[in-house]
Amino acid sequence: MSLTRKDVEGIAHLARLSITEAELPVYVDSLSKILTFVEQLNSASVDDVEPMAHPLADQVQRLRPDEVVHEDQREKYQRNAPRVEAGLYLVPKVIE
Amino acid sequence: MTELHHLTLAELADGLRSRQFSSVELTRHFLARIERFNPALNAFVTVTAEQALAAAARADEQLAKGGAGGLAGLPIAHKDIFCTDGVLTTCGSRMLSNFVAPYDATVVERLAQAGTVMLGKANMDEFAMGSSNETSWYGPVKNPWDPSKVPGGSSGGSAAAVAARLAPAATGTDTGGSIRQPAALTGLTGLKPTYGRISRYGMIAFASSLDQAGTLTVTARDAAMLLQAMAGFDPKDSTSVDAPVPDYLATLEQPLEGLKIGLLKEFFESGLDPANEQLVREALKVYERLGAKLVDVSLPNLPLSVPTYYVVAPAECSSNLSRFDGVRFGYRCENPVDLMDMYKRTRGEGFGAEVKRRIMTGTYVLSAGYYDAYYLRAQKVRRLITDDFARAFKEVDVLMGPTAPTPAFDIGAKVDDPITMYLNDIYTIGANLAGLPAISVPCGFMSGLPVGLQIIGPHFAEARLLNFAHMYQRETEWHKQIPRGYE
Amino acid sequence: MKWETVIGLEIHAQLSTKSKIFSSAPTAFGAPPNAQANLVDLGYPGVLPVLNREAVRMAVKFGLACNATIARRSVFARKNYFYPDLPKGYQISQYELPIVAKGKLDIVLEDGTRKTIGITRAHLEEDAGKSLHEDFQGASGIDLNRAGTPLLEIVSEPDMRSAKEAVAYMKKVHTLVRYLDICDGNMQEGSFRCDANVSVRPVGQKEFGTRCEIKNLNSFRFIEKAINYEVARQIDILESGGKVQQETRLYDPDKGETRSLRTKEEANDYRYFPDPDLLPLVLDDEFIETVRGTLPELPDEKAARYIEKFGLSEYDAGVLTSSREIADYYETVVAALGGNEKLAANWVMVELSAALNKENLEITQSRVDAERLAGLLKRIVDQTISGKIAKEVFEQMWAEGKDADAIIEAKGLKQITDTSAIEKVIDEVIAANPKQLAEYRSGKDKLFGFFVGQVMKLTAGKANPAQVNELLKKKLAG
Repeated sequence: MSLTRKDVEGIAHLARLSITEAELPVYVDSLSKILTFVEQLNSASVDDVEPMAHPLADQVQRLRPDEVVHEDQREKYQRNAPRVEAGLYLVPKVIE
Repeated sequence: MTELHHLTLAELADGLRSRQFSSVELTRHFLARIERFNPALNAFVTVTAEQALAAAARADEQLAKGGAGGLAGLPIAHKDIFCTDGVLTTCGSRMLSNFVAPYDATVVERLAQAGTVMLGKANMDEFAMGSSNETSWYGPVKNPWDPSKVPGGSSGGSAAAVAARLAPAATGTDTGGSIRQPAALTGLTGLKPTYGRISRYGMIAFASSLDQAGTLTVTARDAAMLLQAMAGFDPKDSTSVDAPVPDYLATLEQPLEGLKIGLLKEFFESGLDPANEQLVREALKVYERLGAKLVDVSLPNLPLSVPTYYVVAPAECSSNLSRFDGVRFGYRCENPVDLMDMYKRTRGEGFGAEVKRRIMTGTYVLSAGYYDAYYLRAQKVRRLITDDFARAFKEVDVLMGPTAPTPAFDIGAKVDDPITMYLNDIYTIGANLAGLPAISVPCGFMSGLPVGLQIIGPHFAEARLLNFAHMYQRETEWHKQIPRGYE
Repeated sequence: MKWETVIGLEIHAQLSTKSKIFSSAPTAFGAPPNAQANLVDLGYPGVLPVLNREAVRMAVKFGLACNATIARRSVFARKNYFYPDLPKGYQISQYELPIVAKGKLDIVLEDGTRKTIGITRAHLEEDAGKSLHEDFQGASGIDLNRAGTPLLEIVSEPDMRSAKEAVAYMKKVHTLVRYLDICDGNMQEGSFRCDANVSVRPVGQKEFGTRCEIKNLNSFRFIEKAINYEVARQIDILESGGKVQQETRLYDPDKGETRSLRTKEEANDYRYFPDPDLLPLVLDDEFIETVRGTLPELPDEKAARYIEKFGLSEYDAGVLTSSREIADYYETVVAALGGNEKLAANWVMVELSAALNKENLEITQSRVDAERLAGLLKRIVDQTISGKIAKEVFEQMWAEGKDADAIIEAKGLKQITDTSAIEKVIDEVIAANPKQLAEYRSGKDKLFGFFVGQVMKLTAGKANPAQVNELLKKKLAG
């Protein structure tokens, strides 16, 4: 699979990554190589094979009792936040 | 008296119990070594000297009172992927270069409860993505055996720290070989347990269905001691398994008479350095002498493990790393002009090249029109590989082969060629895809650089792996070697 | 050209669990910003989700109540997109294998006909936080208290053909979730909201037209207005030779119109994939049957019982079962009264309902509770008072909060049932109105009402009406 600059720009946008002009050709090249490399998977016969999402086949989701265990630690958590005001996380204006 | 850093974790535990030295003395000793050697090795991102000495003093009290846990007073290093309450937790990334975790990972909590003393946070490949420890925002880690070589990755800081005896043991994580490969490249015992054996809570996720915490130690016995404290069900992790934890120390010395070792045909065929192969074959002879039987085993789909991994792991990582958006924690770019600019520059500047490459790979393989061809197909091949292993374990007790295709390579040698770098994990990835436990033990040297033997077991066979590793270490001296300059 | 409207609804019902779907933080509404967001809700590095049993139970309850298939195995998936109120950069939802599939609900249209609306699926997911756009000079504030609140997304088939049908369906689901006690139904707080997929096509055409999705409709009135606006908009475009763009639109209640939010081209590529942090949700028969055992009598079953056992009309049964609270009130009255279901129905639907409407109260806030109303109706049944007097008593009960008996006693409203006393009054009336008597006797039957009125006037309405009728007829006949 060979990607174009436009493809990579599209992927970078979807992933919300700024890519510089200088980086772009490097990613075009390496991502194309990686995708070509993983195309080895086409050599396997996978008809009727159940896709595997988890390594332990017989495990199922455990359910938690509906109990509130909570202590308001907003102040501690928000010490890590780049911008906070009145208990809210601030971001550049969300336009809808 | 032998130098404290020449002792294994088990020997140090004995020394603490018999009051030959205190935990504070021990901790000071290792802190001094870190101060002396870390500037050159770059194995630690953060050294928590003050907290370590306080924890050591508490451990000494416990030891004096009696009834202290088996790990009381033992200093260890944590890979900087584990959240540590009140301590910088960077995951080797600029993105988290200012991140003070507000909570402890379950692994950290359990090891602290068992009495261990945290010396600091070990350097690592950024978000555990790498096989050489060159992708860290904090710079590459040097291999104590040769500072021009990589220590392996992603748990390269943990490996270098233990190999240079800056810590008697360290935690690591293994998504595609990130414990075993650096263990092999630095002459250590590296254990990756079964997926679900140790809680992932508080371990910053790279690829959730592959990540598993483990240990980097000098001996298999030391690994057993740490695993005993780390293993077990955690209600905070839905993928942690509620199964009893056996006594790992109790079975270390079980005879290997009559047990079957499967030799992975595919591992010995694919570009393995002949000298490296020779060392692995020598190790197998030791097992034969111990009464085990060697059987050739073929896992036909195993050669597809690297391409499978490089679809599944990036896919999961692309989603796991979306939370790093500059809103609630971590790095945010300067003066964003709007929301989109904030997202893109925060992530563009906060992540390094390899992380961005994997995020983009993962984004692509999950995107509309490519999901079936890449992601779904990889999930199917993953099952084929897992089924291959399951079939093999009907015939043999463990599988053996090399851990890495070559010994430690030069810093900078592969960093610009992702595929070549990815192929370093060719022997280790299979166990992650199938969720199997695996261990790497030192089995010799090539031109002065250590080489590892890998032992893979069926699910939850950690005790068996430790047994195999320990019995080998009773017969050999490879694991006891200390790199020159660090004696 | 004649046009047909096609509507499908996606209803989001917040499940009324105590804790969040994947974390143990509380779900209560109205806390200070971010005070109820824990590490899991904030999407902190390293944290993991663990599924709330109650949310699963509630989803199954809904599925059973709409005769749906409950998936023995369902899977949580990640829906990936970036938005500041979505902490992890993905929403945990269900995609390929939802917990509930293929259900149906009946709605009753205005003309009384019934229509079945198919439910494609209902799946569990987590709610996002909120973005606040005011007061921060060019910035938005993010409150993540709501993040992680369990949602049941109920997706209908495109079975509705008018805004009225859509509203009827939404009301039906609203009633049902409250009957099941799985959602408080509070639309103002956003606990119950919906997106509508709307398209139009020429009558007779089989294929659907291009649809638009209208986002976040949080009142029955808005849904009807928004859909009607959207239908008119689409027909205008088509009739002037244009093409409807597939897009997401937002309803602006102030302007009463919808506007474009994003087109199909700008639509997100959500990159759904199974969430590796959660294992497949597997439900066995025991779990499902246990939930089935907790199902209350559902509105349709209740209405059928009212019609069959109480002899109520379909309309009355429908009104009385329109909410669990009304039905509960009604049934409490009937139980205390020991029958007389029609009398009770009339009083709940007419007098009580009028009094509630006047003050804009819910039935749970009624100033006359069900036991007291039954106390009043008992006095009608045992003929202590007439229906007319009862209305006066009710008004006083409402105003003063007293029992019916106390008011009847204090005001001397007890009905006159003594035959001789009534006869005495009748005699007086006949004596005072010789002219009317003569006319009556010569065939002017209508004057009977005049005589009843006079008797009631003299007894201040307390004479038993049935006895008055009977005795008066005899006396007038001479």
